[in-house]
Amino acid sequence: MDKAALYRRRRIVNFVYLGISMLAVLFGLFWLVWILWTLFAQGLHALNLTMFTQTTPPPGSAGGLANAIFGSLLMSLLATLIGTPIGILAGTYVAEYGRRGWLGPATRFINDILLSAPSIVIGLFVYAVYVANVQHFSGWAGTFALALIVIPVVLKTTENMLRLVPDTMREAAAALGAPQWIVISFVTLRAARAGIITGVLLAIARISGETAPLLFTALNNQFWSINMNAPMANLPVVIFQFAMSPYQDWQTLAWGGALLITLSVLTLNIIARVIFAQKSTIA
Amino acid sequence: MDAVDHTLEAPQGASLPPGMLRGIPETLLRRQHLYDLAFRNVTRMFAFLVLALLAGILISLVIGSWPAIQEFGPGFLASHEWNPVTEKFGALVPIFGTVVTSFIALLIGIPVSFGIAVFLTELAPLWMRRPIGTAIELLAAIPSIIYGMWGLFIFAPVFADYVQPWMIEYLGPIWFIGPLFKGAPQGIGMLTAGLILAIMVIPFIASVMRDVFEVVPAMLKESAYAVGATTWEVVWNVVLPYTKIGVVGGILLGLGRALGETMAVTFVIGNAHRLGTSLFAPGNSIASALANEFTEAVGDLYTSALIELGLILFLITFVVLALSKILLYRLAKREGTLT
Repeated sequence: MDKAALYRRRRIVNFVYLGISMLAVLFGLFWLVWILWTLFAQGLHALNLTMFTQTTPPPGSAGGLANAIFGSLLMSLLATLIGTPIGILAGTYVAEYGRRGWLGPATRFINDILLSAPSIVIGLFVYAVYVANVQHFSGWAGTFALALIVIPVVLKTTENMLRLVPDTMREAAAALGAPQWIVISFVTLRAARAGIITGVLLAIARISGETAPLLFTALNNQFWSINMNAPMANLPVVIFQFAMSPYQDWQTLAWGGALLITLSVLTLNIIARVIFAQKSTIA
Repeated sequence: MDAVDHTLEAPQGASLPPGMLRGIPETLLRRQHLYDLAFRNVTRMFAFLVLALLAGILISLVIGSWPAIQEFGPGFLASHEWNPVTEKFGALVPIFGTVVTSFIALLIGIPVSFGIAVFLTELAPLWMRRPIGTAIELLAAIPSIIYGMWGLFIFAPVFADYVQPWMIEYLGPIWFIGPLFKGAPQGIGMLTAGLILAIMVIPFIASVMRDVFEVVPAMLKESAYAVGATTWEVVWNVVLPYTKIGVVGGILLGLGRALGETMAVTFVIGNAHRLGTSLFAPGNSIASALANEFTEAVGDLYTSALIELGLILFLITFVVLALSKILLYRLAKREGTLT
């Protein structure tokens, strides 16, 4: 083949494949835009004050999602409060003490798997060890399931952020005579604070949309209830139930709830990124 | 406090300046030593807790599914029967649905993710990389129930009206793959579930691919460019061979996600315990069977069979994710980015 033709052919191949690669990006962004547009188109008119003040209605009457919003907030808050310290402490071990020996690497490996494990299995686990024993669905069961999802996320970010802290900082603190627990809790953890907060925010974002683990744990509750030992309403399961129902007003509420959840999750994600980006430019 | 005279001397030969430790009461040192031990052991306990969690999940699922394991034995995996009335259960249909939908997801997700990763690492101008990377990652942040609702109410009707008739007309008559595209264009079914899963796994695979592409030493790429390679040739002949372990790891990570995805699939797969060749037909996956039937299951055997499904799902995803992590660690170790 003559050289010019070969060169032209290579240029064309290059051009075609790079064009396809740009199309792939458009393909990805296309769905994001379509889904967000759908949510606004369908959910915006359902997003009004009554949604936050009234409880879930029976089919055919007006109502809101107040009990579900409250239930979701309460369970997410408690799950974060339970899961965060466990995740941070375990992550601290993996990053600070786990450099030698088997426990650190093993924990990191298992944690990476738990991070991506199907969340519905977490629901089954909590059902099997808690719900089946106390014989009723409850807000606590939902909280435990969500906490189990928080732990791997927080552990992973804590570990990663602690690894970014330069060893010279640890050595400097130790040289001043600080015992290791002071070095870790007042120097390295503090240096990694912004990153760890990012992780906690991402964990909250993750659990606020989780539906599968709540199906067999918190179940749902049509009424206003703050009893953590009873089935508890929560946004994702209400959305699931209402969306699958044949009633028009239930479906409208489901779209409103869907928009609310997505906006909060995306906002949390973006805040987390901003906090982290600021931190990385300083450091 | 008795301690002022029990001062410590620096050990012989140590390079500490003399007198450095003098004046620190021994009890204080001992107390700090205790705090150190306590702190270390508390954090270690929580690290153990994570391991125990995994063991706990496995053990509890095995105990929960024991009645079904005893009743059906290994035949559970091969039986396509699922009849709550006669209490005969088999896992073949949900396993089939899980595998088929995940396969479709990867078939579409891998090339798209690769394209995105190439764009983000080789093509995009620097100012564009972050916003576009973030936008793609936001796809992963959208809760799966939203994908499900959108899939059922918006995507499925469009798919049934415009895409499926086209597929039936043009792909249906093709030899061998034709039977995959036969049947009524209902919108929901295995193919729709697979497509939505593809959108959901793209951000995971793309972000791993982007991360591993970024570790390729600039010198390797520059050498290839210097001898006249085009961008595509650099990607295909330098970047990809260098990172193939990591790319496979990323694909397996996406597969692990797709296998266990619950809500999005539950909305659009159609939930029918049926085995067929057509991808347009409604089917079932392990996760969707659990989401639909678990709270309504009556009888210990029914519940137990569902828990056994959960156990199977957990074991499959465990193996896939473990492989993925091993491959990614191997690449990271070679790079020295992991200590």
